[in-house]
Amino acid sequence: MRWRRCGEDAALLDCDSPDQLRAAHATVLAARPPGVVDLVPGARSLLVVGGVAAVRALLEAADLTHPPAGEPREVTLDVRYDGQDLALIAADAGVSPEAVVSMHTEAGYTVAFTGFAPGFGYLTGLPAPLQQPRLETPRTRVPAGSVGIAGEFTGVYPRESPGGWRLLGHTSATLFDPHADPPALFAPGDRVRFRSVR
Amino acid sequence: MLDPGRYALVEDLGRPGYAHLGVAPSGALDQVSLRLANRLVGNAEDAAGIEALFGGLSVRFTAAATAAVTGPAVDVRIDSRPAGSHAPLAVRAGQTLTLGTPSAGLRCYLAVSGGIAVEPVLGSRSRDVLSGIGPSPLSRGDVLPLGTPGIPAGADVVVPVRAPGELVVPVTLGPRDDWFADPAGGLSAGWTVTAESNRVGLRLDGTPLRRAVDGELPSEGVVTGAIQVPPSGLPVVFLADHPTTGGYPVAAVVKTAALSALAQARPGTRIRFRPS
Repeated sequence: MRWRRCGEDAALLDCDSPDQLRAAHATVLAARPPGVVDLVPGARSLLVVGGVAAVRALLEAADLTHPPAGEPREVTLDVRYDGQDLALIAADAGVSPEAVVSMHTEAGYTVAFTGFAPGFGYLTGLPAPLQQPRLETPRTRVPAGSVGIAGEFTGVYPRESPGGWRLLGHTSATLFDPHADPPALFAPGDRVRFRSVR
Repeated sequence: MLDPGRYALVEDLGRPGYAHLGVAPSGALDQVSLRLANRLVGNAEDAAGIEALFGGLSVRFTAAATAAVTGPAVDVRIDSRPAGSHAPLAVRAGQTLTLGTPSAGLRCYLAVSGGIAVEPVLGSRSRDVLSGIGPSPLSRGDVLPLGTPGIPAGADVVVPVRAPGELVVPVTLGPRDDWFADPAGGLSAGWTVTAESNRVGLRLDGTPLRRAVDGELPSEGVVTGAIQVPPSGLPVVFLADHPTTGGYPVAAVVKTAALSALAQARPGTRIRFRPS
């Protein structure tokens, strides 16, 4: 673990492993030290905005090999696997499109971090054959609800936007609604599964 | 709204606390000026006002109110009479308040007693131009509701924003200064604000920063004021509507007190960062 200065009232914690990052995040969430304004996990780091001294003290005293158990939220999304890139994904994985769907639905995922757009989660847990590169030429328009893969991540576009992820299918679920509570379907640490529907 | 000018947005002090869901803090870029305008009209400092790029705004009041315009010094008229910026102005129902174009600086702020009382989204009335959250950019014919007026504060420190052609901007190095060769020296050299700048970030031109580390940075959270350096070596200073995570290293972070000056930096402004 290494702390890095990030302006006057924030710090970035570089973690040694994804497990350590999850443990640090869970520890700070459970204790909610005063003064913390934002707590933003990244792929390998945790950004703490406000309350940095309290968070440092908390994590230095914590046993990160035994993080607070916590009950992660479980989210299941119904997906129609009719994506424009399903055949390409199947060919690159060396399996049938049906096998791609089985792989994607049988795995369990974790929301590692968010970004790109409100409600967009980067989900880890993708089976190795589905860890594929982005499209060489990004699409200028990807419809809201599109379910895609890129590198080690799978994710869902919360709204129409440009994008370069390979598309497996789409969901009719609302990923982000600023008037709902909570506004985002995915928050870091949530467990996610996909279910195939017709 | 008779004329929104070049680009006018409703902004308050933003919606910090949602970065983990991918939502930027947003809010007025020049918070010092919005707070001052609110104090002049008797509002809480966090009330919503209008951020008008290059001024040019024209509004007709349907009720009597106190108004104040802050930011850079700018021509303000009530009907056609000169009224002055940086002072509380009594406006009667039916009168029109019009802003000219400031000769320096970028963003004028109009506060009205009671504040702009559009429906808040995630606790704020600010427009976030990157995510599209909050009230739409203002357009001709819009009718804006006002909240309940407070009591004008009276005496205040009223200083129009100076927007010099060259800014010295204090920064703290890190979190990823070790990804660059001589980050302090490189940042201290002169940079120029380009026309591609907006509320998401100031895009700078100059001598590219040289990387000391090759490879890709795993995505990580970023803060307002972060000086992110893409592969071109030309920095982007993240402002209020910035993405919440990014995959390029951040060499330094602008000190909070210097952010309002950056909000007024026109394209062509020269910037030198002063690391500490």
